[in-house]
Amino acid sequence: MKKLVLGLLAFAMVFAMVSPIVAQAKKPLKIAFVYIGPPGDMGWTYEQERGRLAIQKAFGNKIETKYIENVPEGPDAERVIRQYATAGFDMIFTTSFGYMDPTVAVAKDFPNVIFEHCSGYKTADNMATYFGRIEEARYLTGIIAGRMTKSNVIGYVAAFPIPEVVRGINGFTLGVRSVNPKAQVKVVWTNTWYDPVKEREAAVALLDSGADIIAQHQDTTEPQKAAQERGKYSIGYDSDMGKFVGDSVLASATWNWETYLTKTIQDALDGKWKTHAYWGGLKDNVVQLSSISSKVPASVQSEVEAAKKKILGGWSIFTGPIKDQNGKVVYAAGQVIPDDKQSAMDWFVEGVVGKVQ
Amino acid sequence: MDLVTSILTITIRAGTSLVLATIGEILTERSGILNLGIEGIMLMGAVTSFAVSYYTHNLVLALLVAAGVGAMLAAIHAFLSVTMRANQVVSGLSVTLFGTGFASFLGQRLGPASNNFRLVGLKGAKFTPIIVPGLSDIPIIGAIFQQDLISYSMYLLVPLAWFFLFKTRPGLWLRSVGEDPKTADAMGIDVIKTKYRYTIIGGMLVALGGAHLSLSYTPGWAENLTGGRGWIVVALVIFSMWNPARSIWGALLFGGINAIQFRLQASGTTIPASFLNMAPYLGTILVLVLMTWWEALSKKVGGPAELGNAYMREDK
Repeated sequence: MKKLVLGLLAFAMVFAMVSPIVAQAKKPLKIAFVYIGPPGDMGWTYEQERGRLAIQKAFGNKIETKYIENVPEGPDAERVIRQYATAGFDMIFTTSFGYMDPTVAVAKDFPNVIFEHCSGYKTADNMATYFGRIEEARYLTGIIAGRMTKSNVIGYVAAFPIPEVVRGINGFTLGVRSVNPKAQVKVVWTNTWYDPVKEREAAVALLDSGADIIAQHQDTTEPQKAAQERGKYSIGYDSDMGKFVGDSVLASATWNWETYLTKTIQDALDGKWKTHAYWGGLKDNVVQLSSISSKVPASVQSEVEAAKKKILGGWSIFTGPIKDQNGKVVYAAGQVIPDDKQSAMDWFVEGVVGKVQ
Repeated sequence: MDLVTSILTITIRAGTSLVLATIGEILTERSGILNLGIEGIMLMGAVTSFAVSYYTHNLVLALLVAAGVGAMLAAIHAFLSVTMRANQVVSGLSVTLFGTGFASFLGQRLGPASNNFRLVGLKGAKFTPIIVPGLSDIPIIGAIFQQDLISYSMYLLVPLAWFFLFKTRPGLWLRSVGEDPKTADAMGIDVIKTKYRYTIIGGMLVALGGAHLSLSYTPGWAENLTGGRGWIVVALVIFSMWNPARSIWGALLFGGINAIQFRLQASGTTIPASFLNMAPYLGTILVLVLMTWWEALSKKVGGPAELGNAYMREDK
């Protein structure tokens, strides 16, 4: 499949060399997206693709977008990104953490191409980075989970031990413990972004160990389906998973890239684009809380609504007092974890059972 | 349900697709044909059977279609490697490349137009576990009696395949074709036909293994549903030393370590998770090494002698 795509890409390159003859006077901005999974994952790449379709619709013939799916992180990614840059694309979005260094390497060689990397921390004059504080939405789903759990054990199927995932687990757990200090969040790592079978097995293991709600950080809906089959609830991530699984998904923390993409592409079209490190939250509409399942009582829904207002008002979910797993206060009352500490987070808050490793 | 029983239950459930595909590949390799197209055939079996179950809600038809698709892909491999005498590794890999890509393509085209991603995220008919009353309450052994129909048929398939291969005349013919096609030919066995037949039967079983994923274990279609399990099967064939009876241990070992490692993590162990994630693969490699070593010491017959070699009657 990948070889086929690469072959087509090579063909496209040849075509791109010939095509200027037929190109119109005002050339559309050529934009490429590099995806880690298939757009049909119903999760991360699905949301990226939704963003792409939205901007394509909004900008019409002013832009021309292409995407390539299932690109593994590592050397393959660099090859793909380089091919896009060589093929005359003006703007390239690389949408997975592991594409960071490949993007840096290619950006160095193509100073006139704009690169945008999602979820990393490295930038250059022609390479920006963008991401969202999904943990704010996770905090809200945590409130729901904390109220709805009966066994006080919530399972969390975690992807890779990197700050992004750790932040999500901590944000979620802080939400859970804000309403239910007795509840625990059990973490199981799969070291995958996309492996339906494995992610299901991890969820089943958590259910067997007493969890009655399953949350997750990968890009498939299998953990939610596994919970549903056992008659248990789940919390979705990436996209509104309730739409694909049913109302056993109590709520989802979701991405919404349209707003950000529209702005940065408009800047590029106007020639005003400058490198930046964007990190938006609930108030910027980059992350959202999906509609809440009807299984959640109104009292809990209004509790979530109140917390959401607080966050929209500028309150950080990482405001102290925050204790680590040993019960030691790491951030005193009123103290907020600074952004640079958040983006390098490698420890769990109190209430998480498991280790970052 | 106690812990051991629950681990065993999920191990069997996860292992069914592995056992089916392993037995299929064993039959194929016993005829001297190495089919590395397993991953692609499994995915094709998974996507086509799910499409049929979604549209017709007929599970028998879904299984038949999967078997048919598996037979077709295996026939392509057989044609390339038996008739055209192409390199079997290259031909098998191309079946995998084709199957993986084409399965994704079908997934994006086959479903209803109303669904953005066509087949992905839909629900079709599926096999559900049939719990045998009484027997399923026995600790540990009870796990065997709370599976779906495909797993129950797998229990039958394992001894049947073993019996066929080692206790019947056609089984002997099959083995002799893989060991020494020239002699088999001289004995009057149709080598070409045998190779074709078992490559195709093998492909059918492999595709049914894929169908078990999309119809029972992880019901529904998602791209790359198998997540590389086709490659594990290649290792499991060697692990079982081309003996269908042993395939069950390989699948149990691989599936079991996976189930146990997640439970260890959930219980809050101090062993690093990345090591635990690695354990199923590490375990498989370790046992493979031990088996090969033991095999060399005991001079037990390992793989078919002519595995991977093209046969031509006039060759000297």
